[in-house]
Amino acid sequence: MSRFRISAVPVDTAALRAELFDPTCGGFVAFEGWVRNHNEGLEVRRLEYEVYAPLAQREGERIAAEACERFGVTHVLCVHRVGELAIGELAVWVGVSAPHRDEAFRACRYVIDAVKHRVPIWKKEHYVNGDSGWVNCERCAADGAQHATHSHSAHEPHSAHESHSAHHKG
Amino acid sequence: MSAPLFGLLLTGGHSRRMQRDKAALEYEGRTQLQRAMTLLQPMVSQLFVSVRSDQQQDPLRAGHAQIADRITDIGPIGGIHAALHGHPQAAWLVLAIDLPFLDAATLQQLIAARDPQRLATAFRSRFDGKPEPLCAIWEPHSRAAVDAWIAADNRCPRSFMMSHDILLLDLHNPRALDNINTSAEYLEALSAVTGGTASGTAPQAQASEPITLRVQYFAALRDQAGRSEETLTTQANTPRALFDELRALRGLQLRAEQLRVAINEDFAEWNQPLAAGDTVVFLPPVAGG
Repeated sequence: MSRFRISAVPVDTAALRAELFDPTCGGFVAFEGWVRNHNEGLEVRRLEYEVYAPLAQREGERIAAEACERFGVTHVLCVHRVGELAIGELAVWVGVSAPHRDEAFRACRYVIDAVKHRVPIWKKEHYVNGDSGWVNCERCAADGAQHATHSHSAHEPHSAHESHSAHHKG
Repeated sequence: MSAPLFGLLLTGGHSRRMQRDKAALEYEGRTQLQRAMTLLQPMVSQLFVSVRSDQQQDPLRAGHAQIADRITDIGPIGGIHAALHGHPQAAWLVLAIDLPFLDAATLQQLIAARDPQRLATAFRSRFDGKPEPLCAIWEPHSRAAVDAWIAADNRCPRSFMMSHDILLLDLHNPRALDNINTSAEYLEALSAVTGGTASGTAPQAQASEPITLRVQYFAALRDQAGRSEETLTTQANTPRALFDELRALRGLQLRAEQLRVAINEDFAEWNQPLAAGDTVVFLPPVAGG
């Protein structure tokens, strides 16, 4: 089974965790990204993820391989949801098992950051006010002045990632 | 009993890549609009020209029975929508105006094979096997589905056909539905049509031969392009040149500097040579997690 998966249905985290069990491992770290109810000052009603699946698969697998190689962890697994998600739903899950906790923590952090920056997945937010927009994109591309609530520069696409991940629980 | 067959010539496009009115392009002294009308007239009980509301007084179109778009700027589905509403009892043989190779035999094949129980009858594209919605018969009972499609913010008539119950036919004349979008393609078509070549044969190869590619759009680019993919013939030989062409053609707002490009399902360079049959994807800034 691939170490990076796209799922159109809710993720069974217990089953994923079980896949990472290994008798040589003394540590397991997981990160869950959840859909939260606000972004960039707007109230969010739900999210929609779109994926370019063949390339996402390929790039996600590369990231998992990099994490294993760089940090010497035993298993890496990442699952990203696609389609419509409600507030509170799990959008992304990363799990790492390793002989010791330190490399597991670092590899997990590496994978979630790399997935957010490199894998062709896009997020459309549907706001309570009826508006909607592609995160990181549509508003940057259009006339920035008409969207004061979304003022980050198109040339610094990562800034939205950072502020967004800071709000993730988990 | 099947509904009476009316004809609809779609002339409301902006011809952005051609930069002149495709309906007015001439072959042997006749405009493509005249040629298409002559072809279609004997096969339908009434014939209409589909126009944007700002084209109604246009000299080329003014003398013909017209159906103006009821919803503006949603592309060809808007013309089909207006026809289905304007004459709800009729089935519509819908034709794009950029099909210089279309012949009577192909239309006869379509009409003979028509299945009025389905929402539409159409041909498979010779390039990718998907439906060709703009040389097709749209049945009257497709109207509700088209309304719902537009209401759901969909635009692409091809995607409509792919997600609804339609009859798909294989073209007897494979070249009949090759369309023209650029001046180069027009000149090529002109030499094929006026050179006495049968409409079923391809024009002679040119020195710098255009290639046929598939482009897929995602996220904001899909919204801006109004479609999730297209097959096109282009003289662009790198992703950068192709993007410049599509940006103008489709009114894309993102700039190349904001994007990455993938060819055949892996990341690629902007100056990498393109080959016929490639699938090209321009990737908006990603936002997973």
